[in-house]
Amino acid sequence: MPARVRPRGPLSASLCALLHRRCPPPEAPQRTGHLLDAAKKALAATGNVVEDDDLQLSLFLLYGLMYGSLPWLDASWEWHPDLIATRALLERAFEAQMRSAATAEDPPRADREAVAAWLFAATAPTPGPDLARFVARSASRDQAREFLIQRSIYTLREADPHSWAIPRLTGRSKAALIEIQSDEYGGGDSERMHAAIFARTMRGAELDDRYGAYVDDVPAITLASQNLMSMFGLNRRLLGATVGHLAALEMTSSLPNRLYGDGFRRLGFGVDVTAYFDEHVEADAVHEQIAGRDLAGALAQDEPALLEDILFGAVAGLRMDGWVGDRLLHAWQEGRTSLRPTSRETIRA
Amino acid sequence: MRDDDLVTVTACPDGPLIIRGPASFIAEDGTPIDQPRRSVALCRCGASAIKPWCDGTHKRTGFTTGGREPR
Repeated sequence: MPARVRPRGPLSASLCALLHRRCPPPEAPQRTGHLLDAAKKALAATGNVVEDDDLQLSLFLLYGLMYGSLPWLDASWEWHPDLIATRALLERAFEAQMRSAATAEDPPRADREAVAAWLFAATAPTPGPDLARFVARSASRDQAREFLIQRSIYTLREADPHSWAIPRLTGRSKAALIEIQSDEYGGGDSERMHAAIFARTMRGAELDDRYGAYVDDVPAITLASQNLMSMFGLNRRLLGATVGHLAALEMTSSLPNRLYGDGFRRLGFGVDVTAYFDEHVEADAVHEQIAGRDLAGALAQDEPALLEDILFGAVAGLRMDGWVGDRLLHAWQEGRTSLRPTSRETIRA
Repeated sequence: MRDDDLVTVTACPDGPLIIRGPASFIAEDGTPIDQPRRSVALCRCGASAIKPWCDGTHKRTGFTTGGREPR
């Protein structure tokens, strides 16, 4: 089992101390009331929720309880009222910051084609330097492996955050999400599941493919990127944002993944490593069409009240992706690691 | 209800053709092309590097299919 995580501040320390135990039965003394106070203090002290290590790790752990992705987090804590209240407090601040950073310009009508066209325009490829081009042309072998470590926080559980939306949708948008997710999950073949293909990539690059193995190594922004999807997915009131986020994700995947694959090939990695990227060039060229029209577009037309959040989810995802990309790119251009200074030496095998 | 044996071809504005259903794809040399997934996207712009499949390159080349009302 991968090691438990190291706290990054008072709130995550309180949370880790609690979660290392089993949840007490409801009638027993709970000793969890201090969490809410710790969360309030941490929020009052931070100037930037998105980049705050203590807050983002805490959210990541609270969401981990829901996924079951970190085996040491006991399921008995999942619906503990103080943990839920703490999560809601953190989410309110996180969501507010994302909403102020992600404004949808010139919104379309709540019409299937108009929404799809708006999303394709918002995600249109831009010229100039970016992470994918850097990986394709310049990244070193260590940087390429670092990239996999950063991606592993999402990709070893790829597609799961958006699957929370399935029971909350109905009709054609539900069918569209299922069509996409079915392919994400391998279409009935567990070996073809995208998370499983990525696990082979990790192993091929001599990295640990167990979920959460690198949590301690990634910066707050990487956890925030995952937490954004989890917050959207786990809150029914943010259904539109989940759908918009997935559409933007699919629409910004094929072209960069071609470049990532080229970069790993240039560095001499084998097909076991590059297959993941090639799969996404092809798969997401299909998914983006379904996500734009049949999922996001159809949902906006069927439930116009969700249009605003569909656009918000898309723009929030693009902003977050931009921040993560900038973080990696700037670190590498300055000859630094993008991982946290506490990173273990084993990464540089 | 859609006939299970019927292949549907859906034209995507400014993009590929999405093929759903039990279609077989044959290459120029007569050999079958492995169909990797239930729904596939066929390149319509001619610029894909993984033909016959779409790889999203149409978004870089400004490919349009036309025939739509202006928005």
